[in-house]
Amino acid sequence: MPTAVLSQLGDGLLVTVEMTALAFAGALVLGVLLAICRISPVPPLRLAGAAYVTAFRNIPLLVLLVLFVFGMPEVGLLYPLFATVALTMALYWAAFVCEVVRSGVRTVPRGQIEAARALGLTFTQCLRFVVIPQALRSMVQPLGSVFIGLALGTSLAAAVGVPELTGQAQLVTLKYDNPLTSFALTTAVYVAITLTSGLIAGRIERKVAIKR
Amino acid sequence: MKGQTVDDDQLFDVPGPRGRRRIRIVTAVSVLVLAALLALALRQFAAHGQLAASQWQMFGNWAIIRFLLDGVGQTLLVTAVAAGLALPLGALVALVRLSRSRVARALARGYVELFRAVPLLLLLYIFLFGLPRTGLTFPVFWQLVIPIVLGNAAVLSEIFRAGVLALDRGQSEAAYSLGMTYWQAMAWVVIPQAVRRLVPTLVSQLVRLLKDSTLGYVVSYLELLHKAQVLGEYYHSVLPTYLVAAACFVLINTTLSALATWLERRRRS
Repeated sequence: MPTAVLSQLGDGLLVTVEMTALAFAGALVLGVLLAICRISPVPPLRLAGAAYVTAFRNIPLLVLLVLFVFGMPEVGLLYPLFATVALTMALYWAAFVCEVVRSGVRTVPRGQIEAARALGLTFTQCLRFVVIPQALRSMVQPLGSVFIGLALGTSLAAAVGVPELTGQAQLVTLKYDNPLTSFALTTAVYVAITLTSGLIAGRIERKVAIKR
Repeated sequence: MKGQTVDDDQLFDVPGPRGRRRIRIVTAVSVLVLAALLALALRQFAAHGQLAASQWQMFGNWAIIRFLLDGVGQTLLVTAVAAGLALPLGALVALVRLSRSRVARALARGYVELFRAVPLLLLLYIFLFGLPRTGLTFPVFWQLVIPIVLGNAAVLSEIFRAGVLALDRGQSEAAYSLGMTYWQAMAWVVIPQAVRRLVPTLVSQLVRLLKDSTLGYVVSYLELLHKAQVLGEYYHSVLPTYLVAAACFVLINTTLSALATWLERRRRS
């Protein structure tokens, strides 16, 4: 296989990695904010958070991508393609992160929170010493799944014209007429990404696990 | 506060007078902020003529509604056929992974790890651009459905496996002691119980499969998303058509999820 093919696939991998990192960071920040809205005692924030999660979890990612990529310019919001796609990914996966955080908080037994309160811990102390340390640990594995889903999901960017790994694989196929080798190579890269992330998530989880 | 579970309240005490006042203030501020955001979005839409009647009145036309409804039908058809094939295939892979033969187990595990790790779009491209070179071509419908089936069967098999493993060991042991073979025990004792427990999870996976069907956009299969694209470009109203399509997906998928919740509640009671 010519080195040009490898370097083209390498470029694609770089775009995939960049997009995964950016979108995951964005999804984490937005998802935590959404979760705070959803567990806050403020009704309109709860409602808005719930509506957001319902909408973004039920619209297919590809629909969101075409909606943002082709729709945003129609209302005068013209940004670079990469930025638009990364933003869309972050918005989509934030809904899933929000649900992970929310169910993570729920894994903390109610009795512990009541006990913390009975001991006179303030709300912030209760969060800092009782809720957050335990909730974070139970979020590791599901957040790992979200990360893997996001990393694989970035491939959809190829459908709207971002030359990431899957897109480059297709371009290389058309250009050098070597469909099976380039597709096999790309598949191997995705398998490597998935297996490593799964392994890392599992290791972190074991390390921070609480024996109950 | 309908629709919220009690668990979301567990972090807080019942607020006192000061807490209630603070909540009222934050409520007022957040209503203002949300309203401002909505107004901003509407202004942006209006400034670029996206709220003009000409952009939206086509959705009152029966022919266009029927065009989109036909897309909904195609989406559901792809979903139904793909699910109908992926469910038994996933169950089969799960059974092989649970079987006693080491080689078969390894093969099934390889299948699952591989197809869970390959992005669906890449799989689609392989069917679209790769396999035709080896002389294998499929009609468009199957070019879309087969990759969806292969990918979802891998995920479904993990769901089935978890369900079987979660079942009390005594169940299969009792079946063996009655003289049943492995396959008999699976078919008559283990699987029926596991499937019942798994119904809600399976329905959520069905929602994911339905979302996968939008990849018809890539292979030019006229499901809902692709129809919306055709319509939007023809009438020069891209944004409204995609918004309508998105709303359709939310409607269909929330209905499916509501079904899952209902089934779960019925199982519990």
